[in-house]
Amino acid sequence: MTSDNDRRRGLLARLRGRPVVRSRGRRRLGAAVRLFAALMLAGGAYTVFAPGVQAQDNPPLTAAGNEGKALFDVSCVTCHGRNAQGVEGRGPSLIGVGAASVEFQVSSGRMPMARQEAQAMRKPPQFTDEQVRQLGQYIQELGGGPEVPNGDLREGANLSTGGELFRINCSQCHAFSGGGGALSSGKYAPSLAPASDRQIYAAMLSGPQNMPVFGDNQITPEEKADIIAYIQETLKHDGDPGGFNLGRYGPSTEGLAIFLVGIVALVFASLWIAGKS
Amino acid sequence: MKRRKFDAAALPAKSARAVDDRFQVATPLRKLLNKVFPDHWSFLLGEIALFSFIVLLLTGVFLTFFFEPAMTEVIYNGSYAPLRGTPMSAAYASSLDISFDVRGGLIMRQMHHWSALLFMAAIVVHMLRVFFTGAFRKPRETNWIIGSLLFWVGFLAGFTGYSLPDDGLSGTGLRIASAIILSIPVIGSWVSSSIFGGEFPGTIIISRFFIAHVLLVPGLLVALISVHLGLVFKQKHTQWPGPGRTNENVVGERMFPRYALKQGGFFMVVFGVIALMGGLFQINPIWLFGPYEAWVVSAASQPDWYVMFLDGSTRLMPGWEIHIPIGNGYVIPPLFWPTVVLPGILVGLSTMYPFLEARRLKDYKHHNLLQRPRDVPARTAVGAMALAFYIVLTLSGANDVIADKFHISLNAMTWGGRIGLLILPPIAYYITYRMCLGLQQHDREVLAHGVETGIIKRLPDGRFVEVHQPLTSAEGHDGHPPALDYVGWVVPKKMNRLGALGPAIRGFFYPIEKPAEAPVSPGHPPVEARPEREEIGSGESRR
Repeated sequence: MTSDNDRRRGLLARLRGRPVVRSRGRRRLGAAVRLFAALMLAGGAYTVFAPGVQAQDNPPLTAAGNEGKALFDVSCVTCHGRNAQGVEGRGPSLIGVGAASVEFQVSSGRMPMARQEAQAMRKPPQFTDEQVRQLGQYIQELGGGPEVPNGDLREGANLSTGGELFRINCSQCHAFSGGGGALSSGKYAPSLAPASDRQIYAAMLSGPQNMPVFGDNQITPEEKADIIAYIQETLKHDGDPGGFNLGRYGPSTEGLAIFLVGIVALVFASLWIAGKS
Repeated sequence: MKRRKFDAAALPAKSARAVDDRFQVATPLRKLLNKVFPDHWSFLLGEIALFSFIVLLLTGVFLTFFFEPAMTEVIYNGSYAPLRGTPMSAAYASSLDISFDVRGGLIMRQMHHWSALLFMAAIVVHMLRVFFTGAFRKPRETNWIIGSLLFWVGFLAGFTGYSLPDDGLSGTGLRIASAIILSIPVIGSWVSSSIFGGEFPGTIIISRFFIAHVLLVPGLLVALISVHLGLVFKQKHTQWPGPGRTNENVVGERMFPRYALKQGGFFMVVFGVIALMGGLFQINPIWLFGPYEAWVVSAASQPDWYVMFLDGSTRLMPGWEIHIPIGNGYVIPPLFWPTVVLPGILVGLSTMYPFLEARRLKDYKHHNLLQRPRDVPARTAVGAMALAFYIVLTLSGANDVIADKFHISLNAMTWGGRIGLLILPPIAYYITYRMCLGLQQHDREVLAHGVETGIIKRLPDGRFVEVHQPLTSAEGHDGHPPALDYVGWVVPKKMNRLGALGPAIRGFFYPIEKPAEAPVSPGHPPVEARPEREEIGSGESRR
């Protein structure tokens, strides 16, 4: 009959804190009721003050963004999901990767991928530059992220600084010649020979696949310009003053050449000379 | 005054007599010029090494005129624009100057490098020839040892030279060398700090390597090469077995004029091939590697090919550290085994091989005749095994480049190398052994039954048999052909090679002589003479 007494004594009496003996079950029930009430209150207040339920999470897409979304819904949605949120086991979320990443992956033909493997490789691109821009715009509007600046990406570049930065930051994987190199488990650093200025810039900014991100606070845009200029003007237009460069793979192809060319030629010469008797 | 008549025709004889009057050289010189060398193409492989060494000396002298072996820091201001304004060592700057500012410097540098690779390649190929033909047997064990040492001294010469330009590749190589030295238990750190003058890289290593590269190591090479050639003179060259060639004579050509002229010509060919490679193929573009800095290590940083097997053994070695609980604990790093112990074993095995083989076969006689590889299957198979081991290691030294360019996983390359290193040599042994036996068997078959003519005859009972051309018409005492010795020399296998030690028509590009007699016409095979296979004999081959 405790509850009846309590009820009769009223709220005031209870607030005065007179010791009340209640069963454990009742105490728990009371706590639950109070928690529920508090939640209802908070929820109600949110409903009152928050923007209306029909408010949009994202601002409306621009025209280019809409075009991009149309392309996305046809070509990318299978692996990256309806809202670019990613699909478990197929493709990562694209929220926040930015237009730089889209530009690198799509303009170099890596995306759409032909199949899941250690690393996507460069293929003939599936989209025109305009379509790449639209896809990038869509992803940019979806979640923001780094973008490749417009204009000349090698303006005012210093080749010597670029070379030094390239050797320090890039040659470990892409090799001294930019020819690429192996990474573990079938992954690799690709050759830089087919890469355009914007692709190199986008790669540094977005760190595609196994490449680390070289953000603007690590390598400033001016230094990026130096590196791009070194790759495009020195490595690709060096002209190999010493002759045929044997692929610029370092001493391994040189060793092959001395046997295939030098030793083979001289063994034939010795056959010839010894045959003259 | 009476003018004396000048007789040009008498001049050589007169001057030669004048020289002999003063120096008494005619007798020893006659002996020398009449010395006979056997002629076979495989005997010229060592000369490739000798001649490329001469090219190395010539081009190397040129390079020393312009190279500055110092590690003082300078700011590059030469004509290679992408490095202008970069701080670098004087050694690297002068290497760049040789490449870009010295007239003919780049081709000299490239010829020097190519001839270094050729020198080592020719040493290895020559060594294989000597090994597989048994030329190292008594009395020539010393020369075998000197030859093996020449490989290792050449290895040192190559490595010190590789380190001199002080570009990114050299410095990376030096860093690895210092790590290898440091991995030697107990004395490692002392040796390393003595060589580098303190902590790596220090400021002295280029000057030290320079003097080693241009004086000490070449001096040693010249000394060893002189002894090597001197011993070939003294002990005389080995020769292939054949008619008229015995263990006690040497059949061949006199030193002068033919042999000397041929060698002179061959030197020109070797020089020409090196010059072509130096001019056509770019080697070690040091300007792309940039100056050495400890934090710059390019992908595909490999040593030259003859060091690559050590790089490969390092890559294949599992990371097994051995902890020895003495004092504060002592660690033998895994690097020690593939780079110090393995070469040690290889040097020991390769130099000691002649003695090991003699001991195993209890063969302590003099041998001046060579053996065909097929006639000594065990040795040939051991050689193939060693070769397989070396090739797996060398390929593993370039496994990142192979993995990248052939789209193979680098991990798969490493594991392939580890497994291949263990199972390929025995497989190579087995296959080579069986091949040797098979080739021997075929020789014996031809000796017993004659040369296959390709003519198929149908017997009255319906059987088909191939007609064989007997090697001899001689008959033994009982009407059967005499028992034929297996002499370990070329057996004719084709009709047009009957009785020849070489091709019936000699000449490399076109015939230089007519065959002595027309070959037996295949249109009239002596079919009746062969009712039984056993009855067909073969005679000694004729020259």
